[in-house]
Amino acid sequence: MAKPQRSDPAEAIDIRPATVADLAGVIALDEEVTGLVKPEYWHDMFARYGARGTGSGCFLVAGNPARIDGFIVGEVRAWEFGSPPSGWVFAVQVRARLRVLGLGSRLFEAVCARFRAAGIDRVRTMVARDNTVIHSFFRSQGMTAGPFIELEMRLE
Amino acid sequence: MKFQKATEFALYAVLELAADPARQLTAVEIADKYGISAHHLAKVLRDLGRAGLVDAVRGVGGGYRFAGNAKRLTLMDVIRLFEDVGTDSSDTAPRTTGEDIAEGLRFVVAELDAQTSATLRSISLSTMLKLVARHPWATEARPARRAARRAR
Ligand SMILES: CC(C)(COP(=O)(O)OP(=O)(O)OC[C@H]1O[C@@H](n2cnc3c(N)ncnc32)[C@H](O)[C@@H]1OP(=O)(O)O)[C@@H](O)C(=O)NCCC(=O)NCCS
Repeated sequence: MAKPQRSDPAEAIDIRPATVADLAGVIALDEEVTGLVKPEYWHDMFARYGARGTGSGCFLVAGNPARIDGFIVGEVRAWEFGSPPSGWVFAVQVRARLRVLGLGSRLFEAVCARFRAAGIDRVRTMVARDNTVIHSFFRSQGMTAGPFIELEMRLE
Repeated sequence: MKFQKATEFALYAVLELAADPARQLTAVEIADKYGISAHHLAKVLRDLGRAGLVDAVRGVGGGYRFAGNAKRLTLMDVIRLFEDVGTDSSDTAPRTTGEDIAEGLRFVVAELDAQTSATLRSISLSTMLKLVARHPWATEARPARRAARRAR
């Protein structure tokens, strides 16, 4: 079996904390992936999890302000449901053209490195059951089912 | 949940072969390693060959070699060759309108099935091999085992 080329454009892309100048690129990429334009949402995410936020957040981007190719957002949360502090990843996206080249894994590793540096030894996320791609992605990073079960109900 | 013997043997064989796609192994070699029936495994390997997951290598020192894409084949792709998983349980159970308790039970079983199916569809053979190499059961199961010991 031929080994996939790894010396591809995705490898050279820089991963760094998001700045306000990156938000337009993040909004554009999110629109490309989800089909929805959500400027208020992303400005709010940046205010909460960006470099000038409370300090427990982590908002990383891949690319430059002129073109954002991927991003990941996470946060350290403590004592939710009695759980000791753990890292949460709640958004990750990579430009469609650059997928399956390892950029998503590099973003995930970068956020985990920051959690580790903050003394955190566990990372969590939540996936939509029918989104096999994102589920497979997190599984391939080594994630397995945790001790919590998500429950919900419709409020009449 | 417990798999049928054929499913379990198929998963052993596919993962064993996928771990080194260049290597060929006979049914007897795989069966010896896992302490399972070579006769039963030979039948399972023929089924896997027909499904295109393994190639039979003919001649002296013949055997089987992995033939799929370990990054894209999932546990579900192997399992569903041998048993009925991930199908909507309400399709198989007899439907009686007005039977609220039966409907309610089907609803709960469907919740379990959806979880099982999503899990099996999300684990590729290469992810599974990485998991095996990491031995997560050694660290993750420790508190549960300790609790079980305490309870005894
Ligand atoms: C999920 C996503 C971030 C992955 O990014 P990526 O850069 O392609 O990821 P990687 O190349 O690092 O892939 C790592 C592993 O994930 C798994 N994976 C990624 N894409 C996959 C696909 N289409 N099918 C199956 N597995 C896949 C593979 O196991 C892969 O490892 P491999 O390449 O060795 O097989 C990207 O597909 C994406 O942006 N998806 C849409 C966004 C989305 O739905 N986000 C959820 C809302 S937060």
